[in-house]
Amino acid sequence: MSGFAKPLKIAFGLIVVAALIVVPMNFNRYGLFILSQWAVMAIAAMGLNLTLGYAGQVSLAQGAFVGIGAYAAAIMTTHGWPLPAAIVVAIGLSFAVGWVLGYPALRVQHHYLAFVTLAFSTLAFLVFRNESWLTGGIYGISNIPRPHIFGIATNKPLPFYYVCLGSLAIVSLAVWWLIRSPWGRAFMALRENPLRAQSLGVDTRRYTLMAFAIGSALGGVAGALYAPLTQYIDPVPFNLSLSLDLLMMVIVGGAGFFLGPFLGAMIAVLLPEWLRFTEGYYLMLYAIAVMGLLIWSPTGILGILDRYLAERRTKAASAQRAVAKSRLETAQ
Amino acid sequence: MSNLFDLLVAGLATGAIYALVAVGFTLLWQTSQTINFAQGEFVMLPAFLMLAAMHAGAPFWLAIILGILLSMLLLGLAFKMLLVDPMLRHGVLPLAIATMALAIGLKEAVKQFFSAEASPFPSIVPTGDVSILGHAVSLQSIGVLVLAILAVFGLTALLNRTSLGHQMQAAAQNPTVARIIGVPVERMILLTFLINAFLVALASLLITPIYLAKFTSGEVLGQAAFIAAIVGGFNQVRGAIAGGLLIGVLDNLAAAYVSTQYRAAVPMIFLIAVILFRPQGLLGRAEERTV
Repeated sequence: MSGFAKPLKIAFGLIVVAALIVVPMNFNRYGLFILSQWAVMAIAAMGLNLTLGYAGQVSLAQGAFVGIGAYAAAIMTTHGWPLPAAIVVAIGLSFAVGWVLGYPALRVQHHYLAFVTLAFSTLAFLVFRNESWLTGGIYGISNIPRPHIFGIATNKPLPFYYVCLGSLAIVSLAVWWLIRSPWGRAFMALRENPLRAQSLGVDTRRYTLMAFAIGSALGGVAGALYAPLTQYIDPVPFNLSLSLDLLMMVIVGGAGFFLGPFLGAMIAVLLPEWLRFTEGYYLMLYAIAVMGLLIWSPTGILGILDRYLAERRTKAASAQRAVAKSRLETAQ
Repeated sequence: MSNLFDLLVAGLATGAIYALVAVGFTLLWQTSQTINFAQGEFVMLPAFLMLAAMHAGAPFWLAIILGILLSMLLLGLAFKMLLVDPMLRHGVLPLAIATMALAIGLKEAVKQFFSAEASPFPSIVPTGDVSILGHAVSLQSIGVLVLAILAVFGLTALLNRTSLGHQMQAAAQNPTVARIIGVPVERMILLTFLINAFLVALASLLITPIYLAKFTSGEVLGQAAFIAAIVGGFNQVRGAIAGGLLIGVLDNLAAAYVSTQYRAAVPMIFLIAVILFRPQGLLGRAEERTV
């Protein structure tokens, strides 16, 4: 069965990727913006999924790292630096800050950690708003340029959408590799049982800090793309509710599943747009949909699929057992 | 000096509201491990229920009663039955996310069905100033402080002096043992949800005349109440009260003496310091580490 499932999975993946490349070609400006936003938010959610879903550390600060990345990119590119350099700085900066934010996680867990990170989120917002010499304060930073990639200008929405999609692809491959590496396994050991992980020789201190730093760095990447995407940033989009939204994306998609952030970001970014025809009711319906989904499946969308597959596997296994048993009996 | 006195009174008045909201928050946490991220919106909603009743022609006193009853029905009973009960066995995090979604839903519902504009709200305390020790203090501050303190004292008396309160505490501290000695644990949990709904309705009634009824007004308040609860001690009613008063005073003093721009940062930094150096809160008990 598994020999058959793998090519099927790959084929399905290729179809989705091809669709993401081809279908938006005749989208209008707004459609492309929303889809680019999905790609950017999926990157940020993937980072949080590493911290929360794989390493089990609750963080309510991912939105702040998107903000740090966005401001780094906005400030640097408006001063004439190329975007890739800004992305490198955004990664470095959010990695370092994320590392420091990991220290409370060494002392406190669960809801306490959630509130430390929540406080950090609010502090970052205050800095964005108040340090106007650097961030432009409430007036923000406008005219953020879009980059030239291999000599091609990405000012138009479609080329920039491909920049976002390409970045998403690169980040996905990196994360895919990471969670299959010994690091990823150490993260999961940390999530499942920190004490046992420690007794097995996992350096829990280092991996806790790493989980925060790498997850935050991906938030920084998302921010560095968000700034040229909107071409204007002010502090408002990076307040606490972005962190809450990102957390919702990870849980709704399915925390600890590789594809969870893609689906979660889809629900959080696209579902409200699809519901727009309901006018003022759309966020209400969105909230009800999220609550309904969580009541039905607290492990998110992929949790449903996972349960279904697990059930099928048990059924197949018990069927095999029955066959084996009857064979054994006839042999006797 | 006179300035300090005014700041303290105003700080205690806001702090008393934070305490009301924070107490409900810790009650829910103690009895059912619910972190209610919609607690701020729970304070926002009752004011609109009361306004709606007044628009329908009810006099103020009737609107208050209707508002409190409806809050207990919606934010107590319905919240517990429809959201908390089905999700409780799945752990803290999914439920916390669900309450975030609930917060969005409540905000949007008020915006859609009522108004996106801020509405004035009548005060149950007469406006004006009285003179205390040579200072003009607004009657509203005093009224809020007195009513909030009365409510909190009433609650602690209920919890500590009555058999019902002892049963509630037993149900919160050790449900299994409480069940064995015959405490109707389920009913006690429901009661805490109803008490929380009552407290948020009261807070709503006290704070809305000062800050107007607005669909976003729960955001700041909810956050302040969380900080208060954690600073004081997540698992202690008296901790939440102390935390609420402390954060209220700190917030007001920070605005005057630190900087208006970074005023919101002071309680946050205080929160981080408390969590790092005394995670159980200033008055809290240490919870056992779960392995």
